[in-house]
This record gives sequence, C-alpha cells and structure tokens, in this order.
Amino acid sequence: MTAAPDAGRRIDLYRSMLRIRRFEERCVELYSASKIRGFLHLYIGEEAVAVGVLNRLRPDDSVVATYREHGHALARGVPMDAVMAEMFGRAEGVCRGRGGSMHLFHAPSRLYGGNAIVGGGLPLAVGLALADAMQDRDGVTACFFGEGAIAEGEFHESMNLAALWRLPVLFVCENNLYAMGTALDRSESETNLSVKAASYEVPAWSVDGMDVEAVSEAAHRAVELVRDGTGPVFLEARTYRFRAHSMYDPDRYRDKAEIEHWKERDPLLVLGDRLRDQGLLTDDVQAGMERDIGAEVDAAVAYAEAGTDEPVESLTEFVTTQRGAR
Amino acid sequence: MTTATQTVRMTYREAVREAIRDAMRRDERVFLMGEDVGRYGGGFGVSLGLLEEFGERRIRDAPLSESAFVGAGIGAALGGMRPIVEIMTVNFSLLALDQIVNTAAALRHMSGGQFNVPLVIRMTTGAGRQLAAQHSHSLESWYAHVPGLRVVEPATVADARGMLWTALEDPDPVVIFEHGSLYGVDDEIAADAGPVDLDRAAVRRAGDDVTLITYGGSLPVVLAATDQLAADGVAAEVIDLRTLRPLDTATVLASVARTHRAVVVDEGWRSGSLAAEVSARLMEEAFYDLDAPVQRVCSAEVPIPYARHLELAALPSTARVVAAVREVLDGG
Amino acid sequence: MADYLMPSLGADMDEGTLVEWLVQPGDAVHRGQVVAVVDTAKSAIEVEVFEDGVIAELLVPVGSTVPVGTPLARIDAAEPGAAESGSPKAAPPAVAPRPDTAPGAHPGSVSPVVRHHAHELGVDLGTVRGTGRDGTPTRADVDVAARAQERPRVSPYARRRAYELGVDASALAAAVPGAVVHAAQVETEAAAGPVVPAAPAVPQPPAAPVSGASSAPTPAEAMRAAIGQLMARSKREIPHYYLQASIDLAPALGWLAERNSGRPPSERVIPAAVLLKAAARAVREVPDLNGFYVDGRFDRSEHVHLGVAVALRGGGLVAPAIHDADTLELEELMAALKDLVARARSGRLRGSQMSDPTITVTNLGEQGAELVHGVIYPPQVALVGFGRIVERPWAVDGMLGVHPVTIATLAADHRVTDGRMGSRYLAALESWLSRPEEL
Repeated sequence: MTAAPDAGRRIDLYRSMLRIRRFEERCVELYSASKIRGFLHLYIGEEAVAVGVLNRLRPDDSVVATYREHGHALARGVPMDAVMAEMFGRAEGVCRGRGGSMHLFHAPSRLYGGNAIVGGGLPLAVGLALADAMQDRDGVTACFFGEGAIAEGEFHESMNLAALWRLPVLFVCENNLYAMGTALDRSESETNLSVKAASYEVPAWSVDGMDVEAVSEAAHRAVELVRDGTGPVFLEARTYRFRAHSMYDPDRYRDKAEIEHWKERDPLLVLGDRLRDQGLLTDDVQAGMERDIGAEVDAAVAYAEAGTDEPVESLTEFVTTQRGAR
Repeated sequence: MTTATQTVRMTYREAVREAIRDAMRRDERVFLMGEDVGRYGGGFGVSLGLLEEFGERRIRDAPLSESAFVGAGIGAALGGMRPIVEIMTVNFSLLALDQIVNTAAALRHMSGGQFNVPLVIRMTTGAGRQLAAQHSHSLESWYAHVPGLRVVEPATVADARGMLWTALEDPDPVVIFEHGSLYGVDDEIAADAGPVDLDRAAVRRAGDDVTLITYGGSLPVVLAATDQLAADGVAAEVIDLRTLRPLDTATVLASVARTHRAVVVDEGWRSGSLAAEVSARLMEEAFYDLDAPVQRVCSAEVPIPYARHLELAALPSTARVVAAVREVLDGG
Repeated sequence: MADYLMPSLGADMDEGTLVEWLVQPGDAVHRGQVVAVVDTAKSAIEVEVFEDGVIAELLVPVGSTVPVGTPLARIDAAEPGAAESGSPKAAPPAVAPRPDTAPGAHPGSVSPVVRHHAHELGVDLGTVRGTGRDGTPTRADVDVAARAQERPRVSPYARRRAYELGVDASALAAAVPGAVVHAAQVETEAAAGPVVPAAPAVPQPPAAPVSGASSAPTPAEAMRAAIGQLMARSKREIPHYYLQASIDLAPALGWLAERNSGRPPSERVIPAAVLLKAAARAVREVPDLNGFYVDGRFDRSEHVHLGVAVALRGGGLVAPAIHDADTLELEELMAALKDLVARARSGRLRGSQMSDPTITVTNLGEQGAELVHGVIYPPQVALVGFGRIVERPWAVDGMLGVHPVTIATLAADHRVTDGRMGSRYLAALESWLSRPEEL
C-alpha cells in the first residue's frame, strides 16, 4: 500500500459518504410522503464507489452515470438543494424539474446524466472521451454503470470502440450482484467481469467496493493510466445495495441473510471503524458532522418545498436551442 | 445569388462529397465517422478520396456498432466537436434508435436546457433497387415524429450540396436523409454554390390546378407525372418539402389556397405516414379551401419485395400519381 | 282532374312568379307535397298541393309571372289499386278518385314498399329522382334522396364560394342527390344567374327573375316596395289603437336561467321563446285579437298561428307563422323559431308559413328600441311588440330593486276590439310572464 493519505482527506471521504447516506435516507421519507414521485433508485450501501472514484477526478474530467446517480451528483459537487428541488420537480431544480431523479445533469461539473436506459450512457462516454482525444485535451471520462449493463450490446460496442481508438474512458462497473431482480449468475455465462473486459484488450481490475479507501487507491491508478493515453481501463467495484432496486421493488429475490451479511460491511462502518481506531473520528467530530449534514439536508428540503413550478406556458421550451418548440 | 453565371455539373453524390470536404476545410472540429467511410470510400461512394485528403483522425472508420458510434457522435458533439455521423442506411439506424431518440433528441430538454447536441447524422434511405425488405425502408416519418430532432431530405443536387453546412451550424441534432436512387443524378449548380436554408419547402413547378406535395426520391416521380399531366392540360404545382421536421406548412397552405386540391406523394407506407401528417394539417388549416379530399400516394402495405415488378407495384409511381390527380380533379 | 292554381301567399300578394318546378308530368304527388317555388317579391316560397294525384301537365313555364288563382298545373286523380311501379300516365277518367287518406298515402305508381320506406325516412317523394321503370322512384332512389336531405355533400371550398356568391349550395346538392357539389358548379351557378333568387344577404344580388322587365329591381328593392305597399294599406284601412305595459321579466328570466343551467347550448331556450309563448297563451284569453278581418267581417281563428317578425340580412322583414304556438312546449317552440329564422333568411319559407299567421309578434328586444309602435299586417287584427329588455328600478312589496323590464305594446284593430279588451290582453300577458313555469 502507498503511504496513508492525510487525515483531513480521509475524514472528507467519510463525510462525503455520510452526506450521501443521509440525503438518500431523507429521500425515502419524502418519497413515501409523495413529495418525490416516479422512480427512485437509492445508492445506500454503494456510497464508497462514487466517492472513491470521483475524488480522484479533476474538474475538467467528465462523468456519465446511471439512474442511481444521486450519490455521484453530490460527490461531484452538484449543490444539494438543486438536486432536491429537481426531485421535487421544481423550476429551481438542476434540470428545471424536467428530468427528475433519473436525469440529473450539471454542466458546470460536467455531469452528463442521469440515464435511464441501461447501457445507454456508455456510447456517450466514448464520445466525450473522443472529443478530448481529438482536441488534445488530457481529460478523463468516468463512466459508471451496473453489472446488468454488461448484457447489453452497447457495453460491448463501447468497450471495443474505446479500446480500438484508445480513448480515455474509465469504465466503472458497480457490481451489486443484481440487475433489478436478476442475479448476475442468472444472466451472464461468464460472471467474471474482468475477463470480459480483458477480451477487449482493456486492463481490468476488481476492487472491494465497500472500502472507499481501496476504491480510491484503485481509481487513482486507473485514472493515471487512462490520462496517459494508453486507452480505457475497466474497474469493477464489488458492492451491494442495502435497499431494493427502487422504491417500488419488494426485494423478494434476495435473501435477508445475504443483505444482513453485506450490511456488516457498510462502507460507513468500514472507514468509520478504521478512523475511530486511529483516533481520527471522535464522537464529537461525528456528532458535528451529523449536525451539519442534517442541517444541509433540512435546508435542501425546505428549498425544494418553497420552490416554484415551471409555468406550463414554457412547456415546449428547451427542446431545441432556438426559442420555442420544433 | 451568385454574381457570376458560372455553373458546374456534378452528381448528387459528388455534391454531398463536396459539402463534406467544404465543411471539413472550414471548421477543424468537423469530422466524419461511420462504417466504411474511410478505406472503402463510403457505402455509396460519397466519401471517396476524403481519407487521403484529411487523414484517419477526421475520417474515421467505425466497426459495425451503430449504437456505439452514434452515441459516440453525441458525446463528441457534447465535448465540443462537430461530428458528421454516417449511418450507412436508415435500415441499420434502427440499431441506434435508442441513442438518437433517448439521448440525442432528449438531452437538451432532460437537462433543462444545459446541454445541446450539435450532431449531424446522414443516412441513405429508400427503395427501388431490388434490395428487398430489410434494405428498402423509408422511415423518415419515425424521425420526423420526435421532438428535439430536425429532419431534412435534399432532393436536388443543389440541396445536397448546400444543406450539410447549415446542418452543421445548427446547435441541435439534424438528420439528413439521402435517397439511394438520387446519388447518380446529375445537374448544373452554381460553381460557388454554398449553404442553403433548412426551413422552407421549395416550389419546383408552378401550377394552378392541383398541388403535388412530396420529398426526396419521389420528386422525380412527381415531376414526370407533372409533365404527363401538362400534356393533358392539367397544370400541377409541385412542392418539394425539403424539411420534414419542422414541416413548412405555410408554403403548402399558400399553394392549396390557390389550387384547392392536393395529392401527397410519400415513399413511406401509407399508414401513419408523413403524408398522413401533411393531410391532417391540410384538413386542419385549409379545410375551407379544399374542393376535394386530399389524396395520398404511398407505398403499399407490404415489406418491399425483391422481384422487380412487385417492387414497382409497391412503390409510388408516375402512373399512380397521375391516377391520384385524376381522382382529386374528377371525383371526390 | 283538377287544376292547381297559383296560391295566395299573403294579403298583399296579387301575382307570383314561377321560379322552379319541382315535379314533372307523370310524377305522383300527395297532399302537402312541395311542387314548385314561387317568388312573391318578398321571398321565394315553396308551394304545395293539397290533394293526391299525378301531375298531368305543367301549364305555366318557369319564369312567368301570373296572377293569383291562375292554373299552374293539371293534376289527375290517383289510380287506385296499382301496387308496383305502374304507368305514371294520366289515370282514365272512369276511375273514381281515391278517398282522401292520411298524408302518408301515395298514388299507385310508387310501390307500397318504397312509399313506406320514404315515409320512414321522412323523404318527400316529390324530391326523389326516380331511376326505376318510367322514372318511378325505387327504394335506392329514396335512400339517395334521404342522404341528400340530411347532409348535402358540398366541398368546404364550394360551400364557402356559395356563401360568397349568394348561391344556395344545398339546392345544388339536392338537385342531384348523392353527388358532390364542387366549386366549379357554384361558380357556374352564380355566373348564370340563379333560378332560385339568392337570399337578400347578398351584397350584389343577381337580377330578379321578373319576366319582361329590362331594368329589374333587385330582390331587396322589390321587397321594400312590397312591404311599403302592405304598410300603406294597413294604415289606410285599419283604425289602429295602441296600448303599452311595462312588464317585470325577473321571474321569467330567472326561471329560464335555472332551466337552462346544465344544458348544452344547443338545448337552451332563449328569452324570446318565453315571450312568444306568453303572447300566444295570452291571446287565448282575448280571442278577438286572433283572426282575420276580411270583407267587413272578422273571423276568429281556432288556432293561434303566431307570426314572428324576422329581419332579413340586407334589409327587409318577413313575419312567418309558428303554427299553434300556444300548444307547443318551450323546446318545440324554440326549435320552430330556429327553423323559421333559418328558412326566412335563406328564402325557403313554406307557403303556409307565409299565409297563416293569425297574430304577429315583433321586435323582440334585440333591435334596440324600447317601445314598438307596430303596424298590423292585414288581414290580421293585432300586433304585439316587445321592446328592449332594460334594467330599471322596480318596486316590489314596497322595496326598490333593479329588474329587467320590457315595455310590451299592443297595436289592435279598433273595428274588432277596443282599449278595454286590449288592456285585458296586456294584463294576461303580464300574468303569464309572472308565472313562467306554467307556460
């Protein structure tokens, strides 16, 4: 292992995950109270992956994510109140209420969604990387997707194209073992995902997705490799979602014991215990964090509640760049 | 217009090639990506010679991965490039429909206006060369159905030369359809022909008796019918739609206000066709000008057959257009 | 064998111009069937025969102007017993005329099946072009006519041109049932000059078909002349007296608003219908206001055929009758009123509508005058007027409020009634309007 990163940075990793956790937990309540509607896919349990990878990216790098992207948005720096307002469908939301939970976009932080089509974001990521390569920029495009996307043709096309053209894409596969209700071994003949990636001549690693520091380390190396211009890298993060696929899902396809087993490896516990053992996370610090985060979440909810609705007259705006509809 | 009366003769194919070459010289962000566009010179020979001129970075051969390279085109456009993605035919574009409809067309709106996708997609379309069911589609109506896309179809050499640059300057996705039967057509165009507008339909022939509305590969069919009708004393006005989304309804309405009769000729299948959309608009906005119901000449409801006589029977033909005009003049 | 004579369609009518025959020799006709269109200088009226028979001969050509009473056609009595499409030629004189049966009975040249079918569909056999043997209507012909009657097939553009040129597109459509009228036919029709004079709504009306006149008056001018003559005669002959009463319409309008609420616009009753109904019912209580004064004698009418003054576009006025207005339900009266106005404005009134009013109501508050001093239409003996409905201060039980009020007037013939009877009428009118639910 490399030298331990400084304490402040490690506490920041913890705080970042805690922030996502508390945000997601509040979303559960708000969804149950019908404030958030449509589909809600929660990142609870997987926080280490987004936090671990994104803290290794630069502002001029690009991020493509899936519909389970609240954590990625928050970790990337999208203001929490704008995210919450978007979930409420408000005009003050990051996408003016037009996208909702599954379509968070943020131009300043180069977050390109938010994509509800499984595998749909991979070609987009390839293109963003292509743009960087053709304009001689050394940006990296981090593309997050679940293991379910590996079944889609777009995964294979995108891996192949990125490898063929040596494009700077970091493919991050968040393997939480279940594509909605289908377990990995019921959908893939070859469940060793790294082998698949390797077949495209892409360097592929697996990492413990519940340990944010492990993820961060792996991401650090992967990003450097990609930025050097040698081509894409495939990083499999083994993780688990503690809640069902979405709020509608009764989660009948998973064994309760399995869930409990994985909860013992809650990323907050994994890093939290380590930090406590090393005296870096005291009860006071923890309490202070909870208070601040609690206040931030409260403020975000209040902001969303007080938000306004986009006027219906503007319905057909933002379809094309000219004013009005096509 | 041009000051000099200098013209040059070229084919539709050459016109598209010139347009690509011209665009790539003007703007280094422009590049061409698609199957066999480089070494092969393009599935229809459009990009012959461009690889040698511009190199592999900008004339990119893609693997048979429509979804990936169209999506990559979207990403590249987002990232600051001006890609021309060539999908060999509309038949194969079905593999990329997800990227086109769910990302390219929707991105601007989903993001609340934060992003726009300045992507140009070119596709060959249409039937008539005995290529059978899977290689003969005219699915312009599917694309014209989607908000967020602009859809155009040049039917003349001048438009083939001029539409591409205007499309590249559009900040939003533009789909350009090129009918396969037009590539070999040649015509005189201005030597310094440049960009043309994408907003308006064009009146190709003037007449007062009936309005014939069409686009793309059906234009020659309609013009031939117009000549035949003229010999019988019927003066048809021919409108080439040029832009399929948004439709230039104003030009069509102005014509029907004078002729009071309309026939729409569309190579798509009749049900749910673009002709149906034009007909509906005429009913809505020109009802009190119509002296007879609007007629449609479309493809028969059959996957396009291989045998020549069957294919000809399935597609709009000069004879069918003439018959439809008779119907609208005499019957109704 | 009987002659069909030029009918009188109004007290002022001395002559009429035959503008269109709707039957031809050999056609079977039945009582009530419209056989021709006659222009009376006020409007074009459809005229009907009053007996069953077969047209033997048309005696007056289209375009001729003849005095009232002139034989226009010869009608043979119907052949009894013939069930199939038999010969439409004149029946032999030896055959006894059929007894007068119900209006649905038809002469024998039309088969009973076809007759029944026409009756079911409400098709006037006189309007059916027969394609059967010898021109007899077949069942299919009746269907075609039914379709043409329901909805004339006129292209949208043709309809628009017809309106612009003052051509009756429906008439063109009815002429060939089932065919479509295109703009070209309308243009041709307009250029040829109409056989049926256009409704006075036309700004540049075509020349009126008055035979022999080199500078024929326009229909509008002719109408004004005819009205003028009638009014002069009325003032000359009838000693008018006038009475007025201010009537509070709050109860009637309030009741009507409630009745109308929740109904679609097509089913709503307008205030005019209520006023008409009240006027009709009130006259039952003063029957000497309802009837005809002819040759020095007043004949009370058993029916209340309420004449309704209808202003025509482009000037002019007609006052056709709503038959038995006092017996109609409000919805029926409303429908009759709509039909009347439409027919009047398109110049397609029936003869009986022109000749039958027993009392007339005018100026139903829309035109702006608060009070109408009417001129009675001879041979009627009374004219009821309603002025504009205006909000006025009104006292009820000593309390001042604002009520919608109209001034009702009665102009009556002093040879038949006097002020006392006239006042009784206005009182009855006010009474009916105060209890609209009983109307």
